[in-house]
Amino acid sequence: MNTVMTSENLTSGDIVINGSVGTPFCDDAKMSMRNVNVFYAENQAIHDVSLDLAKNQVTALIGPSGCGKSTFLRCINRMNDLIPQCKVTGSFVMDGAELYAKNMDPVLLRARVGMVFQKPNPFPKSIYENVAYGPKIHGLATSKSELDEIVETSLQKAGLFNEVKDRLDKPGTGLSGGQQQRLCIARTIAVSPEVILMDEPASALDPIATAVIEELISELKEKYTIAIVTHSMQQAARVSQKTAYFHLGKLVEMGDTKQIFTNPSHQLTENYISGRFG
Amino acid sequence: MTTTHLAFAVIIIALFSYWLGIKRAITVAGGEQHTRQLVSLPSQYGLLTAFWCGLPAILFLLIWSAIEASIVDSLLIQQVMLTLDTTAQQNMSLLVNNIKILAEKVQLNEDVSAATALQLQHAAYYTELNTKATWLKTLLTLVIAVGCVAVLLTKIKQSFHARNNLEKIVSGLLFTCSGIALLTTIGIVMSVLFESIAFFSKVPVTEFLFGTQWSPQIAMRADQVGGSGAFGAIPLFVGTILISTIAMCLAIPVGLMIAIYLSQYASPRLRSVAKPMLEILAGVPTVVYGFFAALTVAPLIRDFGILVDLPIVAESALAAGLVMGVMIIPFVSSLSEDALTAVPAALKEGSIGMGATHSETIRKVLFPAAIPGIVGAILLAVSRAIGETMIVVMAAGLAANLTFNPIESVTTVTVQIVSLLKGDQEFDSAKTLAAFALGLMLFITTLALNIAALKIVRKYREQYD
Ligand SMILES: Nc1ncnc2c1ncn2[C@@H]1O[C@H](COP(=O)(O)OP(=O)(O)OP(=O)(O)O)[C@@H](O)[C@H]1O
Ligand SMILES: [Mg+2]
Repeated sequence: MNTVMTSENLTSGDIVINGSVGTPFCDDAKMSMRNVNVFYAENQAIHDVSLDLAKNQVTALIGPSGCGKSTFLRCINRMNDLIPQCKVTGSFVMDGAELYAKNMDPVLLRARVGMVFQKPNPFPKSIYENVAYGPKIHGLATSKSELDEIVETSLQKAGLFNEVKDRLDKPGTGLSGGQQQRLCIARTIAVSPEVILMDEPASALDPIATAVIEELISELKEKYTIAIVTHSMQQAARVSQKTAYFHLGKLVEMGDTKQIFTNPSHQLTENYISGRFG
Repeated sequence: MTTTHLAFAVIIIALFSYWLGIKRAITVAGGEQHTRQLVSLPSQYGLLTAFWCGLPAILFLLIWSAIEASIVDSLLIQQVMLTLDTTAQQNMSLLVNNIKILAEKVQLNEDVSAATALQLQHAAYYTELNTKATWLKTLLTLVIAVGCVAVLLTKIKQSFHARNNLEKIVSGLLFTCSGIALLTTIGIVMSVLFESIAFFSKVPVTEFLFGTQWSPQIAMRADQVGGSGAFGAIPLFVGTILISTIAMCLAIPVGLMIAIYLSQYASPRLRSVAKPMLEILAGVPTVVYGFFAALTVAPLIRDFGILVDLPIVAESALAAGLVMGVMIIPFVSSLSEDALTAVPAALKEGSIGMGATHSETIRKVLFPAAIPGIVGAILLAVSRAIGETMIVVMAAGLAANLTFNPIESVTTVTVQIVSLLKGDQEFDSAKTLAAFALGLMLFITTLALNIAALKIVRKYREQYD
């Protein structure tokens, strides 16, 4: 099958998206998003999406390119505030607090909801400084030794410490792509966030580096709540417990990963995961 | 025909041969409808013919004009030698000159009764030589132009690659142009170098580089005073450094803040207004800055000095430095802004995503990442400041005081070069030659700064590629 994916053939036929099917909500939600709409100027990128991120679980966001996965993810830690023409409506609640409330400081929020980007983006500083960056700006360490410890444990959690312990003072940009991405993960967990958002964290990596990252994600979910955008069905199936399928800015189906991949309820989901689109 | 007339004639022939070339190409192809059989377009044949006609003829004209005068002169001298005894030959150049003037007078029907018969004879010979030369020039040029066209027209066949030949000619022309620029640069450097060497044969290098006395006036007559002729350039170097430092102290912080504001905070609307404004600031002629400094800023500073009971001289280093600082703000800000915007957006997002504020992100991530570019910008600005002339000529003094005090009057290398060469000068006196030595120092310094800046800028470019 090599159908070219356009908006026409995705909505064509009798398939309609009428609200979302499956189980987008759960009892032990870390974050609850309700009736989210996102506009880029006049252009609506997200249409009335409601879902929960379950505590200490990995939620995978999948869907064809341009369906709004990144947009939705970036709303969760208010990265879209950086885009002037972007307008967000709806409610985002984390532990009972509304993220878009007037008294919510987006800077503090981003320390609680960390983000790992598609392309590794270490700062042009030493490996040590990269990891120490967050703790320093948030004043998490009162002494040098405390900072050292944070850096070491973060690197250890990211599975990078043994590889770089002899060259912590060397530039982070000198690492391999996979190491750089793990450095970025270490950098993110160094500020002890509660939620980690990952936007295609392994798309620039080779299979071995990808496997390392996936293993890391599985370990991290013990302590953190994770949302991950991915284009790889296998990856979503391997690392996530919940999967949300987006289509043209709408949430089509969400539920347990096992159930989504073995027995999807919606025709579009089935088309997508069986490789008929994208 | 004069050379200008001839050049025009050649151009007209060239235009005509453009048409000829096209005609010929069409004929060779066998008519308008068959031009596709040619390997090149008809107009390319035309252009090639025109170039072939014009270029050799013009080249010949140029060479001829360059050597004509000296050939005519040497022929004239030969003739004069035959008719004069050796004693009169001492002043040959004067003689030849007189003959030329006489020839001109004869042509203009002026009074030549004072001239001897022999002189008149020589003048007539000179006129004759010139006429012959002009005829020869005209003839040869036209023959070359027409001849080249004829040769080329016979060459045009269906398989003649006019396109490729044209390409070669164009690249040759471009090469010549860049060669001219290069040669000019080398020429300037050489002349400055040789004059400097001449200067250093009169004044020792060590005295020039390490002497602390600058007073280039040399007594021309015994009764003049004050002309000791000391060429210690240290006060000038210090003055230059002082004024440039003041300028940079203003330009670096202000320029960087402008760069940060424009690249990070300003709305697109504001940026679209502010950037052209800054570019206008860079485009203001320096002489305008000069009288702004001399007439507005300097008195202001002096009045302020009176207010706080500080004796500030009218031509203080401070005034010149501050205005120069304003002048180079755009250099710092525009290049630094480029460096800041060149930092990948991913780094900024990474930092913001970590919970850093905007200003923390700028200070800790964007700025360090852009540092090489910013250093390059600053070095370029410094070399601008050191080489700047007009502002300091108008606003700084001429007194070569050895001081680091910004409220006193100092002078700079460029100001001294101007004042050394101002007015009528003997061209081989130490005073005049000193200007070249100063120029050489300036050239070496700015060149070194520019090379360093370019190296750094290039290095940072590679960083993100
Ligand atoms: N900065 C922006 N300005 C305007 N429109 C944008 C912007 N970013 C995204 N969009 C639009 O929003 C829609 C969703 O984009 P988004 O990046 O969220 O898709 P995605 O699902 O992440 O796609 P991909 O899998 O290719 O990364 C697209 O139609 C896109 O054109
Ligand atoms: Mg995306």
